[in-house]
Amino acid sequence: MDSATSDLTGTRPPLRSTAENGLKIVIVGGFGVGKTTMVRSVSDIRPLNTEETMTRAGEGVDDLTDVQSKTTTTIAFDFGRISLNDTTVLYLFGAPGQERFWFLWDRLFSGTLGAVVLVDTRRLADSWYAIDRLEQHGMPFIVATNDFGGPHYSGEEVREALDLPEGIPLIECDARSRESSKEVLITLVNHLYDLSFSARESTT
Amino acid sequence: MKRPGRDDDPDRLYTVTGGRSRSETDAFDLVTLVVGECEPAAGMQSEHASILRICRSPTAVVEIASDLGLPVSIVRILLGDLHAAGRITARHPRTPATADQLPDPEILKQVLVGLRNL
Repeated sequence: MDSATSDLTGTRPPLRSTAENGLKIVIVGGFGVGKTTMVRSVSDIRPLNTEETMTRAGEGVDDLTDVQSKTTTTIAFDFGRISLNDTTVLYLFGAPGQERFWFLWDRLFSGTLGAVVLVDTRRLADSWYAIDRLEQHGMPFIVATNDFGGPHYSGEEVREALDLPEGIPLIECDARSRESSKEVLITLVNHLYDLSFSARESTT
Repeated sequence: MKRPGRDDDPDRLYTVTGGRSRSETDAFDLVTLVVGECEPAAGMQSEHASILRICRSPTAVVEIASDLGLPVSIVRILLGDLHAAGRITARHPRTPATADQLPDPEILKQVLVGLRNL
């Protein structure tokens, strides 16, 4: 690789030339909940950061100065990647759960396999909104509580506080641990597999 | 290091895309893998040349955006130009395009095997 390329890509190892199918999983959660930590724990590359901007007409603004009623939404997100085999690459996105983010969901994250809602049990209410929006989008997800060493709540207590249906897996994790973060992803993909399998069964 | 895109004058983004603010199609997914089909040539727009250098091996749209420090929507426009000129090819993700369509169990099996082998 010549220097001009590494100036642009840093120390990131290139993908295999046979890589052809990119997949997405999104980790959603509030500020400081450990999204980037989890991405870093399992990623083949140091997490990267990028952003998307979207201009939309202002809502409920009733004036004639059209240009000024437009607002620009900017969402920054982190991501990492895992090469699963010769052809398949899984991209992991850490995305903020706040309101403005959801305006960009369809544009950025359509085709996402599923989502992990990462939760800090000291701030459970922070994740209500994300859970609602994922349900509205019909996006399958699991909930993972990141252990910050605070008071321990039972799964039942967390499930009740989040009003989480029985069918949605809830697990504890330590986002700093590669093994634990791997387990979170495996739990999500197992859940997707079950959903996908039963959906197919019911149509045949 | 200064991040272009975030703090830059919006005029720069306008110039990079020749005044266009959206691409004609949303053909390029965040994880579409882009492969350069030629080397950068003299006189090429510098962003186009950078993309061709980055894409000597398959590179996702989102990685290109991060490397260039440009918003994803701007990068999609630049990729559209290069694609129309036959300078790149695109390997699009083979997953359902809508949120409520569940992925193929075969793909999920591959993902599980890959994750367990990490």
